[in-house]
Amino acid sequence: MRVNLTVNGRREAVDGVWEGESLLYVLRERVGLPGAKNACEQGECGSCTVYLDGMPVCACLVAAGQAEGREVRTIEGLADGDRLDPVQRAFLDRGAVQCGFCTPGLIVQAHDLLSRVPDPTDAEIREALAGNLCRCTGYEKIIEAVRLAVARGAGPA
Amino acid sequence: MDFLRPATWEEALAAKAERPGAVPLLGGTDVMVEINLDARRPAALLDLTAVPGLNAWEHAADGRLRVGAGVTYARLIAELGDVLPGLAQAARTVGSPQIRNRGTVAGNLGAASPAGDSHPPLLAGDAVVEAESAARGTRMIPACAFYLGVKRSALAPDELIRAFWAAPASGPQYFSKVGTRNAMVIAVCSFAIALHPRERRVGTGVGSAAPTPRRAQEAERFLAGELDWTGGAPLDARVAARFGELAARAAAPIDDVRGTADYRRHAIAVMARRTLTWAYDDYRKKAAECA
Ligand SMILES: Cc1cc2nc3c(=O)[nH]c(=O)nc-3n(C[C@H](O)[C@H](O)[C@H](O)COP(=O)(O)OP(=O)(O)OC[C@H]3O[C@@H](n4cnc5c(N)ncnc54)[C@H](O)[C@@H]3O)c2cc1C
Ligand code: FES
Ligand code: FES
Repeated sequence: MRVNLTVNGRREAVDGVWEGESLLYVLRERVGLPGAKNACEQGECGSCTVYLDGMPVCACLVAAGQAEGREVRTIEGLADGDRLDPVQRAFLDRGAVQCGFCTPGLIVQAHDLLSRVPDPTDAEIREALAGNLCRCTGYEKIIEAVRLAVARGAGPA
Repeated sequence: MDFLRPATWEEALAAKAERPGAVPLLGGTDVMVEINLDARRPAALLDLTAVPGLNAWEHAADGRLRVGAGVTYARLIAELGDVLPGLAQAARTVGSPQIRNRGTVAGNLGAASPAGDSHPPLLAGDAVVEAESAARGTRMIPACAFYLGVKRSALAPDELIRAFWAAPASGPQYFSKVGTRNAMVIAVCSFAIALHPRERRVGTGVGSAAPTPRRAQEAERFLAGELDWTGGAPLDARVAARFGELAARAAAPIDDVRGTADYRRHAIAVMARRTLTWAYDDYRKKAAECA
């Protein structure tokens, strides 16, 4: 089937989509945006997190057909050309990235938190990131990176 | 596989009547896991997210709330947290923010897992499921008649859930869940309580401790008779303990990877006592304010 959707501001008409296919597969394999990662395909790891109509969701659990006519924003859509989003910048500056596999999902999820809660408590940060697994960092640097983004005044973007 | 995307509720019912094997799809947080892992290959998916109005809730004429099947946990927490506090507490424990942004109470009902977190508060709050079919129209199924067995519900193959109905809380409501960590876990067991002061009645729901979610009716009757509904006296510790015992007796748990039957019975007793204590403390505070 064909699915029409907007990805990072660009209209896409994707052909040959299998009816049981996930939005994640469409983004990675058909639109050519490998930023959102595929790990568990069962909603457990959060590495596939993207915005769907402004809400962070696990792209692996959205049926491609459900994205018909809707707007998707992926990690690739956060930076403005070479200018990184403040949350991306903070992850780099704080060394919150090791293998990097979990990073896109975590950044989208943190980005959403800061756009709704400009000055979150640690508990709010931990709750917001509870659905994102990282096998490398131990999370401390990740939480520090979110705090750094807050200190630098990352806001709605 | 076909992907059906009805544009109206009538079309959705017609599609379900014509193809009872089509799998309804809301948030997809249960369905897509099964498809991704190859555990299910339905002949068709029936996506309901394009049906207008399904993601709205309203105050019905009889004072109850009618919450559309497409209302997500995130919206239920944000918009209905003060009127359906027990259900909102349960919703807050579901999965992660990403899951709560997609998952729905109707999907929880559709899956009818004994461990679903919305079931105990739906039972405690006397919620009613609005189901509809093209052939027979609308049917109202009380939550206590909805769960028939492990992942089996009273829904007919040609029926869809359109909404659930619940009265705004008239007294304190609490939900409690035991899991192996704070986030992202299926309940080892869970318990919900609702005090209904106007009728001097108690509602309960026991989760993940029997083949279906169920009420602890003996515990409800006992407590309704023993509670000081004037809110004058503090909670009698013996009453709370007995309530816990009776709640545990309503459970019929199994040993599985998440916990033993003995542990579950014990935890239900503890949660029943605790949620009762929280609820009754709130109740007394309110009574003192009004006096
Ligand atoms: C990582 C993860 C964590 C989770 N954690 C929890 C948790 O903590 N607690 C919990 O209770 N659940 C949990 N779940 C399970 C799931 O999120 C819930 O059951 C949720 O309520 C399902 O809602 P949905 O809208 O996504 O349903 P869907 O997946 O769209 O549908 C679920 C079932 O209901 C049927 N259905 C959907 N809509 C209708 C309708 N209108 N009429 C009739 N049948 C219908 C579907 O055919 C399917 O059988 C988790 C899932 C994941 C992936
Ligand atoms: S790949 Fe989607 S949550 Fe893990
Ligand atoms: S940096 Fe490797 S999984 Fe998080």
